Amino acid sequence: MSSLSYRQTFALVLKRDLTIAFRHKDEMLNPLLFFIIVVTLFPLGIGPQANTLAKIAPGIIWVSALLATLLSLDRLFKADHNDGSLEQMLISPQPLFIFTLAKITAHWLLTGLPLILVAPILAALLYLPEQSYSALFLTLLLGTPVLSFMGAIGAALTVGVKKGGVLLSLIVLPLYIPVLIFATSAIDTASLNLPYNGQLAIIAALFFGSLTLAPFAVGAALKVSTN
Amino acid sequence: MSNSSPLVQAEHLTCVREDRILFDQLSFAINAGDIVQVEGPNGAGKTSLLRLLAGLSQPYEGSISYLGKSIVQYAEQYHQDLLYLGHMPGVKAELSAQENLAFDLAISGGDSSLAEDTLAKVNLLGFEDVTASHLSAGQHRRIALARLWQSNAKVWILDEPFTAIDKQGVAALEQLFVEHAQNGGCVILTTHQDLALPENMVKKITLAYRLF
Repeated sequence: MSSLSYRQTFALVLKRDLTIAFRHKDEMLNPLLFFIIVVTLFPLGIGPQANTLAKIAPGIIWVSALLATLLSLDRLFKADHNDGSLEQMLISPQPLFIFTLAKITAHWLLTGLPLILVAPILAALLYLPEQSYSALFLTLLLGTPVLSFMGAIGAALTVGVKKGGVLLSLIVLPLYIPVLIFATSAIDTASLNLPYNGQLAIIAALFFGSLTLAPFAVGAALKVSTN
Repeated sequence: MSNSSPLVQAEHLTCVREDRILFDQLSFAINAGDIVQVEGPNGAGKTSLLRLLAGLSQPYEGSISYLGKSIVQYAEQYHQDLLYLGHMPGVKAELSAQENLAFDLAISGGDSSLAEDTLAKVNLLGFEDVTASHLSAGQHRRIALARLWQSNAKVWILDEPFTAIDKQGVAALEQLFVEHAQNGGCVILTTHQDLALPENMVKKITLAYRLF
C-alpha cells in the first residue's frame, strides 16, 4: 500500500514547504531584504571610493549572504516542531533523509537562490571588477547550498531549545568559515585574472559532502532533539 | 481473535524525565481488537508512554515489540502500520483543510483525492478551502483525525483525541474505534473522559503520579 517512491515523497514535501512559504511572503523576503540592506549600507559607511569598495566587495557580499542565511535558519524546523508535523515526519514510513533533503532544498530555493539572483546588481554597486562576476556567481551557486545544508544541522540540534538563536549562531558560524575563506579567495583571485579552479574545487567538495551527509546528520539531530 | 502473538508488547518499560521516574517495570501486551485507555493524573507520564510506544523516544530501560519484532530494529515496518496523533495535531496553519489532509494521506501512501470526501466525515464540508489559521482548535483536530477514516494502519496511538471535539464528534470517533478494533486493529489512547464503549472492549492502563 505504501509504495511512494523517494522522488514522490521529496516532491510532496518540497511542494508543501514552498506553498507555505509563498503564503508567508514577509518571512520569505526577510533574508533577501536583509542581504540587500547590509550590502548597500557599506558604500554609505565607507565612502564611494571605487578602489576600496572593489577590494572589500567579495567579503561584504559573502558575509552578508552568510548572515542572511543564518537569519532564516531558525525557522527551518521551528514551525514543524511547534505544530506537530515534525513528529509525523519522524514516524513516517518514508526515510527521514528524504524529508530533510526536501526541506533543505526548499530552504535553499527560498533563501540561497534569490541571493544569487540579486548578487550581480549589488556587486555593481561595490565596483566589483568585471572579471570577478563569474567567480562570484559560481561561488554563490556552489556555496549557498552548503550554507543551507550545514545550517540545517544546527537548526535541527537547536529545534527543541526555546531561545535557540544564539546557540544556533555559535554552532553554525564556525562551520561556515571554510566556505567564506575559499569563496572570497576565489573572487579575489579572479579579479587578478588568475585561475581560481582550486578554490572552486574545494567549495564543490564541501557542496557534495554536505549534500550527501547533511540530510542524515539532520535526521539524527532531529531525533535527538525531540527525544 | 485467534492471534497467538500480541500486536504490541511492552516489557519492563522504565521512563525517566527530568530525574523523575514516571513509571518503571511497566509490562503489558496489546492484542488485535483491543482498545486501551491510558489513565492517570496530569504529569503521570501518559504522553511519555505514548511517545515511547510510537517510537518517538527511547525508554530508559525495557523494550517494545510489534508482532514480536523490536520497534527500534524494524522501525520502518512498524511505522507503516502505525498512526500516531500527538498533542499537537500537525496541521499547517498556512494550508487549507483539504491541502493539509491531502498531504497527510499522500505521504502515508494513501489516495489524496479522497481528502474532500473524508473531510465530510468529520463535519468539515464547506471548510475545505479555508486556511487552517481561520479554523478553530477543534476543527484543527478534526482535520488530523480525518486521517483515521482512510487509515490502513493497524496500530492507532492517539494522545487526547477528544480534546476540543464536540459530543457528536466523540460518538462518531468511538464508533470508528470499535470498527477498527473489530477489523483486527488496536487503539491506544489517553483521555480524561469516560469512553461510552462496552466494558469488555476497553482495557485500562493506569499510571500513578510518583514523586520520586
